[in-house]
Amino acid sequence: MSGPSLMDSLFQRSLEDIIKGLRQQLIGEQAFISKALDEIRKEIKSTDLSTKSTALLKLSYLSNLHFHDMSFAAFPALEVLSSPRFSHKKIAYHAISFSFHDSTPVLLLITNHLRKDLNSTNEFEVSLSLQCLSRIANVDLARDLTPEVFTLLSSNKLYVRKRAVAVVLRVFEKYPDSVRVCFKRLVENLENSDPQILSSVVGVFSELACKDPRSYLPLAPEFYKILVDSKSNWISIKVLKIFSKLAPLEPRLAKRVVEPVCDLLRNTGAKSLLFECIRTVVTSLSEYESAVRLAVGKVREFLMDDDPNLKYLGLQALRIVAEKHLWAVSENKEVVIKSLSDADPNIKIESLRLVMAMVSEHNVSEISRVLVNYALKSDPVFCNEILGSILSTCSRNLYEIIVDFDWYVSLLGEMSRIPHCQMGEEIENQLIDIGLRVKDVRPELVRVARYLLIDPALLGNSFLHSVLSAAAWASGEYVEFSRNPLELMEALLQPRTSLLPPSIRGIYIQSAFKVLVFCLHTCFVRGGSIVPSASLNNLPAGVSASASYESFDEFSVENGADVTVVHGQTRASAPITKESIVNLLNLVELALGPLLGSHDVEVQERARNLLGIVDLTKPEVLNSSVQEKDDSEGKGVETSQIIKLMHDAFSKELGPVSLSAQGKVSLPDGLVLKENLGDLEMICGDIEPPSSNSFSFGSPYEEKDGLSFSNLQIKEDSEQSNESTSLLAEHRKRHGLYYLPSGKSELISNDYPPANDPTLQCDINDNDDNLVKITAESLVPKRKPNHGKPRPVVVKLNEVDEKPVAMKQPESRDGSLSGAVRDVLFGREDIPPTSSQSNLSNKPSSKRKGKEKQHTDPHLESKENVIDDGNSSSRRKDRSHGKERRHRSPRKKNFEERKDTDQKEKEKSRRHHGRHKSRQRAEEPLKVTAQTPVIPDFLL
Amino acid sequence: MGIRFILMVNKQGQTRLAQYYEWLTLEERRALEGEIVRKCLARNEQQCSFVEHRNYKIVYRRYASLFFLVGVDNDENELAILEFIHLLVETMDRHFGNVCELDIMFHLEKAHFMLEEMVMNGSVVETSKANILSPIQLMEKAS
Repeated sequence: MSGPSLMDSLFQRSLEDIIKGLRQQLIGEQAFISKALDEIRKEIKSTDLSTKSTALLKLSYLSNLHFHDMSFAAFPALEVLSSPRFSHKKIAYHAISFSFHDSTPVLLLITNHLRKDLNSTNEFEVSLSLQCLSRIANVDLARDLTPEVFTLLSSNKLYVRKRAVAVVLRVFEKYPDSVRVCFKRLVENLENSDPQILSSVVGVFSELACKDPRSYLPLAPEFYKILVDSKSNWISIKVLKIFSKLAPLEPRLAKRVVEPVCDLLRNTGAKSLLFECIRTVVTSLSEYESAVRLAVGKVREFLMDDDPNLKYLGLQALRIVAEKHLWAVSENKEVVIKSLSDADPNIKIESLRLVMAMVSEHNVSEISRVLVNYALKSDPVFCNEILGSILSTCSRNLYEIIVDFDWYVSLLGEMSRIPHCQMGEEIENQLIDIGLRVKDVRPELVRVARYLLIDPALLGNSFLHSVLSAAAWASGEYVEFSRNPLELMEALLQPRTSLLPPSIRGIYIQSAFKVLVFCLHTCFVRGGSIVPSASLNNLPAGVSASASYESFDEFSVENGADVTVVHGQTRASAPITKESIVNLLNLVELALGPLLGSHDVEVQERARNLLGIVDLTKPEVLNSSVQEKDDSEGKGVETSQIIKLMHDAFSKELGPVSLSAQGKVSLPDGLVLKENLGDLEMICGDIEPPSSNSFSFGSPYEEKDGLSFSNLQIKEDSEQSNESTSLLAEHRKRHGLYYLPSGKSELISNDYPPANDPTLQCDINDNDDNLVKITAESLVPKRKPNHGKPRPVVVKLNEVDEKPVAMKQPESRDGSLSGAVRDVLFGREDIPPTSSQSNLSNKPSSKRKGKEKQHTDPHLESKENVIDDGNSSSRRKDRSHGKERRHRSPRKKNFEERKDTDQKEKEKSRRHHGRHKSRQRAEEPLKVTAQTPVIPDFLL
Repeated sequence: MGIRFILMVNKQGQTRLAQYYEWLTLEERRALEGEIVRKCLARNEQQCSFVEHRNYKIVYRRYASLFFLVGVDNDENELAILEFIHLLVETMDRHFGNVCELDIMFHLEKAHFMLEEMVMNGSVVETSKANILSPIQLMEKAS
């Protein structure tokens, strides 16, 4: 390797030169940086430490701000680290903190450097290496340097000690066994009066308590003292965090803490501390009515403030309160609703969440109505946020809050027509899900589906495609509820369906298939007998005929009371005549003919199926319309049997399928499941997993015939349907070829109206007041005297709605960490640290020792061994503290005494307890291994 | 851990200082900074200073042309972090005298050093300006 020349080091560019060069941008940033990197690569090989360190400094700059890899400098960084000069060390530590991580290969080599600097007399060097340790410590480093950190925990230099305390957190995380060594000293620091130390030790405990609060309950008296005495807001905030974790675990503790927290709440001037108090009260002390009232009062101040920060936090706090105290939200509802139109999207979302928290069975429709109107005028992001939360709230727990499913289904239809709607998939899932689960809603579902399918403009919006596929599926599956299957057929086969992706087009064709079979079935198998075709012969099919259906609607409404007679099918079958069937068949041929050559297999195959049945039935239809029935008797029977068969197949009801359904199917003989098919992955790699809308056939519950539709309300929403039917009519005009012949002529307009013409704009302005009123009403716990109609049955499966059993999580490191903490805090200190075990072995009673060994948890023992191997030095120190430790623990358990200022009293009782404790220990040597530690009665 | 990272970013979205308290690869950092900067710089004065991003909460504040962004755990106290940012700015102000973007660019090392005095392993360990600055002053004297 050629050594660097003198020139190189003399004319080395400094970091400042680099920064200046970057600012001037003479040759472009990338070019400049790569030139600089080339220089650095050379310079970093220099034997001169200042050259090397300058190169390292430049490199960490480029890495930090310009994302350039500096892993190649790992070893040079270590070399610079060994420099005796502080400025070099600083650069090296900085670079190492930035670039080293668990898989850096030279990480092992740093241990000794760190150890040396941790033991240094220069407090700044110690600080640097602690800082570095806090960033890069892994298991090995944490284990090897535990003794040094332990020593520093009681350093008399505050500057060092507070840093050592902060590092302990990382050491504990990486190497839980270090808890046995360091925990006592950490706890001792809790009693330090210096605010700096206290601040960092409280910080450590608040992090520890986050992960496993229960382990730190015995320290509650110490925390309590800090809470009461603390003058620093920062420390108070951290202690409050600890208490908000501990209080829910121990009611007596909550009772004690509530008073000081309320005092702080009343008296503090700092908003940050105030907010922390509020949060503590609403999360952990929500049983204390007076405290909650006080906190909600402060929240109100936040909400009224002009500062958006306070407003946001106030809304957040309110959301936490809402879980248990809904009154808090209703008291502030004006502000919440006003925030729905705030300038800040984050605030809007928070208030939306709160509004959703207020939703109940009684007000869901009103609130949804208002929110949908908000959605119409919002920006796309917030619009979808609103729709998403409506969808998730309404579908919660199997549509728990929905009573009127007809309303909900039409809401879904309406939501999908909102211009910015991108929730297509969710709407799709819910439409299908409701169709499967709620029998009574199917007629309305078909109506909504028709309304969506019939509008050619919707096909142009790709976000709606999945909704349309659900609509197509529903209209095919439940075609018997359709008032006009022929019109449905037109909608399903309209030319603009070519805009759909093939998978959804397949669903369209399949639905058309079902509709066709249904029509044929009504016409041939039952049609003749039910409706005399002669009288309806001239009835024009399609839209223009809607007027004449009125009579049928009336008919069915009139007979609504007569439960069993009126079936949906009777209405539907009315307009289907031989002639219309012929037209229908022609239409199918015309529309699907071109699809026989489709590139998509699914589309092609389904089109073929459909055309197959057309081919099969067409001759007969033609025959029978020309000749008398008797002639084609033989063949006709055959065809109608096929149609009947098909129809029966389709009318078998689909039900929701349990997630675990497959598990119930017994494994057929000869099916090999365990064989490795890894090599198939290459071939099958791009096959999509089955989508949610593929359902297996099966009838989980028996179909009940003669279902009552007495509660079916036929909502002749004439205005709306006229609007969309006129769209279709328009289309018919242009592409008359694709439609069934219609008698009347229709109006022609120039173009399609815009896809989603929101017609509901008018009442947006008074939304705010509206919502306020609604929620106000809803929050009064009024009983609705009687629902218009009973809530329909929602089919539930036994297991489908439970979440699949969650995987048991493997025990994490945290587990072992808190385990270690508990060992130290609860009685177990008698055995675990090696010191006490060696003490035990000095005792003469060998018999007891044997017993002791037997009952020691083997897990524990193995851990001790690890300590034994790794930490002989720490063991020595530990032993010297053993005595003190034993005295301390009972003291901690006496909460009342903590508060007692009389020193003598305290001393006395401590001794008393200590004695008591040691006697206990002698009597019951086996108890120490008890698995569930008893929480000491520190509050009594 | 409390604080996960601290960023200083100028109006153009260029990072001027980045301090992470957990290990992220360069690529992860680049992506994270890009996303956060885009999110926060798009917001205006009337909007609140808190943004949720992935599993972090970002607390940010703008001083002249510089944005100070702090990524914290979800249950960290937002207002306290705002106070921390203000303390940081005041400290730098005291040291540099009316601190500006250029000061941080050319004295990145010092800025880092100040941060290290204040924050250790993601938790704030020092809140006194005099205490934060004294080691730096010592070092300046020595060199």
